[in-house]
Amino acid sequence: MNAISEAAVTEKYLKLYRDNIGKISRASSPYVNSLRKDAIGRFNELGIPSRNSEAYKYTGLVPFFDHNYGSYFLPAADDFRKAENFRCDVSDLDAHGLALINGYYPAVNDRLKQLPGGIWVGSINEAALKFPELIEKHYNKYVRSNDDGLVHLNTAMVSDGVFVYVPDGVRMNKPVQMVNLVDAGEDMFNQRRKLIIVGRNAELSLIICDHTLAPKKFLTNAVTEVYVGENARFDIIRVQNEHNASCKITHTFIHQERNSVTSSNNMTLHGGLVRNNTWHYLGGEHAETMSSGLFLADKFQHIDNCVSVEHAFPNCTSNQLFKGALDDMATGAFNGRILVRPQAQGTFAWQKNNNILLTSNARMDTKPHLEIFADDVKCSHGATVGQIDEEAMFYLRSRGIDKHEARQLLMFGFAHEVIQNIRIEPLRERMDSLVMQRLRGELSRCASCVVKCG
Amino acid sequence: MLEINNLKASIAGKTILKGVSLSIRQGEVHAIMGPNGSGKSTLASTLAGRDFVEVSEGTVSYMGMNLLGMTAEDRAKEGIFLGFQYPIEIPGVSMVNFMKAALNAKRKHHGLEPISASEFLRIMREKKELVEIDSKLANRSVNEGFSGGEKKKNEIFQMAMLEPKLAILDETDSGLDIDALRIVANGVNKLKRPDNSFIVITHYQRLLDYIVPDVVHVLYDGRIVKTAGRELALELESKGYDWIKKEVENNETA
Repeated sequence: MNAISEAAVTEKYLKLYRDNIGKISRASSPYVNSLRKDAIGRFNELGIPSRNSEAYKYTGLVPFFDHNYGSYFLPAADDFRKAENFRCDVSDLDAHGLALINGYYPAVNDRLKQLPGGIWVGSINEAALKFPELIEKHYNKYVRSNDDGLVHLNTAMVSDGVFVYVPDGVRMNKPVQMVNLVDAGEDMFNQRRKLIIVGRNAELSLIICDHTLAPKKFLTNAVTEVYVGENARFDIIRVQNEHNASCKITHTFIHQERNSVTSSNNMTLHGGLVRNNTWHYLGGEHAETMSSGLFLADKFQHIDNCVSVEHAFPNCTSNQLFKGALDDMATGAFNGRILVRPQAQGTFAWQKNNNILLTSNARMDTKPHLEIFADDVKCSHGATVGQIDEEAMFYLRSRGIDKHEARQLLMFGFAHEVIQNIRIEPLRERMDSLVMQRLRGELSRCASCVVKCG
Repeated sequence: MLEINNLKASIAGKTILKGVSLSIRQGEVHAIMGPNGSGKSTLASTLAGRDFVEVSEGTVSYMGMNLLGMTAEDRAKEGIFLGFQYPIEIPGVSMVNFMKAALNAKRKHHGLEPISASEFLRIMREKKELVEIDSKLANRSVNEGFSGGEKKKNEIFQMAMLEPKLAILDETDSGLDIDALRIVANGVNKLKRPDNSFIVITHYQRLLDYIVPDVVHVLYDGRIVKTAGRELALELESKGYDWIKKEVENNETA
């Protein structure tokens, strides 16, 4: 992609900003509005990410951005009926379920509510009224210095988002499940925002399920900021199941304080183009994180995981485990960064990326990226790109299992290493069965969706 | 049950089997012995249907079928079982899923419905006891993190689950301590019936103290050079393989 067309595409979004910012600002809280000008300035500087940049070398976004989308800036009451009617069929999963439509929280008359157990869930604009000090302390704080233009485009133009607040000492014994539904009658560009605050000694498991409802071309740019207080525990699991005409970019920033433990798991089952940026900042001694992901791609799908773990304090531990299987002409990328600051002595950082190519046309680019400035550090990394193990294939066949099924079993085993890290048992079982369905080709899109569409 | 006639086979262009003929009837246990590199494992691989073995000549008839024309999975479904010398670890695939897939593949082949969950668990339990395998092993991923002995016991467990007509045990005794050896041998003895047969491939006579063969063959340089009763195994144990090698060489020069 040459520089001229990138600049042109960036200009297109600057115009979108100019044309709509009045309408967007009227619906938003003053604090959220106060950040827009700087953000659009940063976007103007950085632009739509280009393949000339190291971070997007393997993922070309310009073709997706260079398209005339109907844009979705503000939610309509009508949209929420679908969300209210949506039920997830993971029946054993005992969770607080929330359905979001195009990134918005649907309870129009109850825009911020406290769930049993004491956590607050609702709209960011509403939270800016009720908890102004929290919004001012955390909103946009963890992404401000990021050099991905799309993060700033999000800050500049998002009209509202989802706010989750777990007060100090509140330990949720049930996970919170957010089902993100994307729906529109036309091709749509949609931005989402989440702010999650987990207080000291608090605990939260968040499951985010992404579904596309209508067979339209969707472009989603989602930013999630997470603050995890001292001695807190936070788990986030994304289940991405979108159709081939969707392009989804997520930016997740997890800021950890001392003695906190987090995990992030990106399960990409289906999607046209998916780019997950996951940033972990270990901002206090003895913080720990496990960042993992599984992706299964076929046809012309492209899945890219870009992970960065920053060890800023001594004695922290991080793990990265990403596994992918690519079939047909699918392509994938993994970029795993470990940054150890000079003061972060006693760091343990580990990274693994294993990939299977099922055809000679599939392609995977994987890159470990270690920057270590402390000396007392244990770091390891390993990346593999290979084929199905023929010895294992023969072993299964010698027991009467035909080639096709043997291959599925092996792929399932390959995927299971990531799934087994999910701490919520019914979800783990559900993922096993979704992955099995996906490998059998039975999961085309929105497998667990009851809203029959398209 | 099995008729091997003048079988010649090569791996990567190197001829290994140079005309093997062998006949096994129902209910018989045959031991195949021989020094390293004589072709024992290649014979097992050929019978099990490994793709890398190229058969250039000869026939193998199994229960009246042309075995060499069948895929590895079809051979298994028809009752052939290979006990691996080096069983493969398959992380993430549980023994339960593995055995269920194998049993159901066989059942489907024979026109039967998939096995019910309760029936499957009952069979698993029964066979675990039969072969004295630790319950925990059957709940783990296939061979993952198993010791050498556990892997071999797991082979016998799989054999018990699949109830083959012809089991080929490729150096199942290698790397086993005496207790594991006894468990493996007991498994075989318990599974032995008048209507099934075993080929026990071994380097040492040790295993044959526990599994009593009807016939002992010596494979040397790709051919069966001697066939006799179980006393042959004892003779090999005391005298080694050199006298066989000499005998073969003398015959060739004569």
